[in-house]
Amino acid sequence: MIISIASGKGGTGKTTVATNLAVSFGSNVQLLDCDVEEPNAHLFIRPVMEEVKTITTPVPEVDMDKCTLCGKCGEICQFKAIVVIGETVLPFHEMCHSCGGCMEVCPEKAITETGRELGVIERGHRNGLEFVRGKLRVGEAMSPPLIKKVREYTRPDILTIIDAPPGTSCPVIASMRGADFVLLVTEPTPFGLHDLKLAVGAVKMLEIPCGLVINRSDMGNDQVKKYAEDEDIPVLMEIPFDRRIAEAYSRGEMIVEAMPEWKERFLGLYHSIEKIAA
Amino acid sequence: MKEIVIISGKGGTGKTSIVAAFASLAENKVLCDADVDAADLHLIMDPEIKERHDFESGRTAIINQEKCTECGICRDLCRWDAISEDFVVDSIECEGCGVCHYFCPEEAIDFLLNTCGEWYLSDTRFGPMAHARLGIAEENSGKLVTLIRKEGKKLAEAKNLDLLLTDGPPGIGCPVIASLGGAAAVLIVSEPTVSGRHDMERVAELAAFFKIPTMLCVNKFDLNPDQGEDIEAFAREKNIRVIGRVPFDPAFTKAMVQGKTIVEFDSRSEGCEAVKDIWENLVQGLEI
Repeated sequence: MIISIASGKGGTGKTTVATNLAVSFGSNVQLLDCDVEEPNAHLFIRPVMEEVKTITTPVPEVDMDKCTLCGKCGEICQFKAIVVIGETVLPFHEMCHSCGGCMEVCPEKAITETGRELGVIERGHRNGLEFVRGKLRVGEAMSPPLIKKVREYTRPDILTIIDAPPGTSCPVIASMRGADFVLLVTEPTPFGLHDLKLAVGAVKMLEIPCGLVINRSDMGNDQVKKYAEDEDIPVLMEIPFDRRIAEAYSRGEMIVEAMPEWKERFLGLYHSIEKIAA
Repeated sequence: MKEIVIISGKGGTGKTSIVAAFASLAENKVLCDADVDAADLHLIMDPEIKERHDFESGRTAIINQEKCTECGICRDLCRWDAISEDFVVDSIECEGCGVCHYFCPEEAIDFLLNTCGEWYLSDTRFGPMAHARLGIAEENSGKLVTLIRKEGKKLAEAKNLDLLLTDGPPGIGCPVIASLGGAAAVLIVSEPTVSGRHDMERVAELAAFFKIPTMLCVNKFDLNPDQGEDIEAFAREKNIRVIGRVPFDPAFTKAMVQGKTIVEFDSRSEGCEAVKDIWENLVQGLEI
């Protein structure tokens, strides 16, 4: 089963829920940190890292000895990533979406592909928990291709928990699509509710069952609960604001480490998800 | 006219609440919400929309089943596996590269412009505002960020206002990169947690890449003062000016629930006093 943990708004507690759920589950579980722009789960999981791999995406390289400056490459490119200027062809690697169109269209076969670094993928473990994270190179704009590479580590035989990025645009879709369940972590504030509605819209578009965790559930108002009721979205867990939780988090400790009694609650959360997703 | 962009790396550190407070304190400014993916500033600013425009960007392939001979060239060329065995394009996976459209021997593939959001020019009780809304699951957030900042600048110039106050997106990817170019200064709002520090380091590296003068404030400082001081020390090492600390203050959430800035809600709250100091330091730093 694949559970993707998303939120719309940032900082609502996605990583807290993802890491505590994974560690409570114990073994036969993997946590994929797909928030590749700002991956944090490792700070809490503290895995033993085993492998680091650099991930690249193909971008064009032009052999000017073969090029006749016909301009077809610039014509097909939708991303202004390759242009003929005067007597030369300039590829702009940072703009390239790696579609291969320029290479395909070149009548002289003057274009080959080299790689642009997207970032790295690190893999490790914490006891029986497998941990994988993508880390986008600073300066790289496109995160979905790296997220897709992280998701290739999904193992169908065990539970996969995905820590998704905030928002509702393409990186979030890349982190939710194909999941069996989306767990939305929100906070009961106007910002939390507004962004939750957007996230629910994305989940509905992808036709994935979802449920809510309300974090800092006693700070704010009751509008999130009312919305959940109206939309028939189950509230699977509430985490009240507790300065001990906030302080433990600030030090990189998980709730289940600071307060072991929470382990049962996170296992309960998993069982509720299992029932709905089945 | 100078633009200050407020970013954080990590989401939920309090960027928007702090920008809203600045909106109460600043004079002669235009507000700009560049967090187009999950825009929240309007929930406090309560804008009266004066102009509404579609945001068109990128294209999606659509196969005309009547013309399609199922030759399979498009499926072979598509690098996104976006075309199914029965020759239907999955619009979510389609990258908009147009390769299938270009090579289809039957000219059976249309390649239509997407409307992927809306953008607005508005009036608020704090002055004019440029903001936008990217459609759910849409791409091109960077282009919308670029557009909305440009519109914000135009507004400021037209109304002779000397400051553009831009609420940036979280992360370090395409919309953040689009929100930085050409800004006069960046303010990073961090929080004293291991995640806050980790994400702040990455976004600071990005700002350095653009060679933009960068400032830092740490929100919820008292949650972990040691961590907060470490973040400040890191910032100073990187030539980032530390311009203040904001205490953890529930007044921020209470103000948000009422649709108010913290300055409007309780100008004597600890949180508000801290933000006022930060604003003064910011104004000095920007020389506005």
